[in-house]
Amino acid sequence: MKSLTKIITATGIAGILLTTAIVIADDDRYEKNERHEKGYLGKFFSKKLDVAPVKNALYKEECGSCHFAYQPGLLPARSWTKMMGDLENHFDENAELDKDVQTKLTQYLVKNAADHANYKRSRRIMNSLSKTDSPLRITETPYFIRKHNEIPKRMVKDNPKLGSFSKCAACHTYAEKGSYDDDAVNIPGIGRWDDD
Amino acid sequence: MIRKLGITVVLFSASTVIFADAISDMFTQYKAQGVTSIDAKAGQAMWSKEFKNQKTGKMRSCTNCHGNDLTQAGKHVKTGKEIKPMAPSAYNKRLTDVKKIKKWFKRNCKWTVGRECSAQEQADILSYLQKL
Repeated sequence: MKSLTKIITATGIAGILLTTAIVIADDDRYEKNERHEKGYLGKFFSKKLDVAPVKNALYKEECGSCHFAYQPGLLPARSWTKMMGDLENHFDENAELDKDVQTKLTQYLVKNAADHANYKRSRRIMNSLSKTDSPLRITETPYFIRKHNEIPKRMVKDNPKLGSFSKCAACHTYAEKGSYDDDAVNIPGIGRWDDD
Repeated sequence: MIRKLGITVVLFSASTVIFADAISDMFTQYKAQGVTSIDAKAGQAMWSKEFKNQKTGKMRSCTNCHGNDLTQAGKHVKTGKEIKPMAPSAYNKRLTDVKKIKKWFKRNCKWTVGRECSAQEQADILSYLQKL
């Protein structure tokens, strides 16, 4: 009898803890339209990582040697296909690759693109796009714009230590790991950014 | 752990072997393409020469991204990403991989000069960088 009481008490406590954790995790109060969310438990478990981190060594090497290795889950597959089809004019740079490397990377990007990724930011980016939008810049997706629109120009564009929103990891200290939480934001020359 | 160490040792010794080979491999290929003499000074001159970009009208040179001191890290002119030193003495993986040498010559000559570099130009540049 005693042990049954213990089990019930333990289950109760675990339940309370879990509920608390879910409430804490649900910090994106401004995000409505979450029809595609997996529900609270799914949301809780995918909370820590906002997008799937890059694990592909070829991608890290080929793309990450010139710029932050943006996670494939930050753009839809149609954007990646379009981008990979015109690497000679890659944002005014030449980023030509050998055909076999280009094919491999395109496959990796498409397979892990936002429309195929069950991660918070991927879903939100997708939800912010219309079905025909194929943006080439993550910074031009409505979700990105909405999440960064409170940040004054002087902190990014006019910040001599930064200059652009494209350098994710310059401010998001855990960007490389796939976490874009505002708590870990540290703007060069400015410091921590608090959303509230 | 031991296995990891073993793999590292194997990779390390493999890269040491490639190091000696990649550059001489490239020179062999350039010679096959008709290059008869290689001039490091011409390579240095090409490296620091400025070329006017057709689209932007602005001057471009290798130093835009790689900086003036090649034993130091460079910085991508647009993205700000660090580029490891070009001098093999400062970065031991530099010029150790034929595929990489070709890839970057192709891309970066197109960006800087506006066309691919000739075998002669590449041979000269490589012989200049090799000694740094």
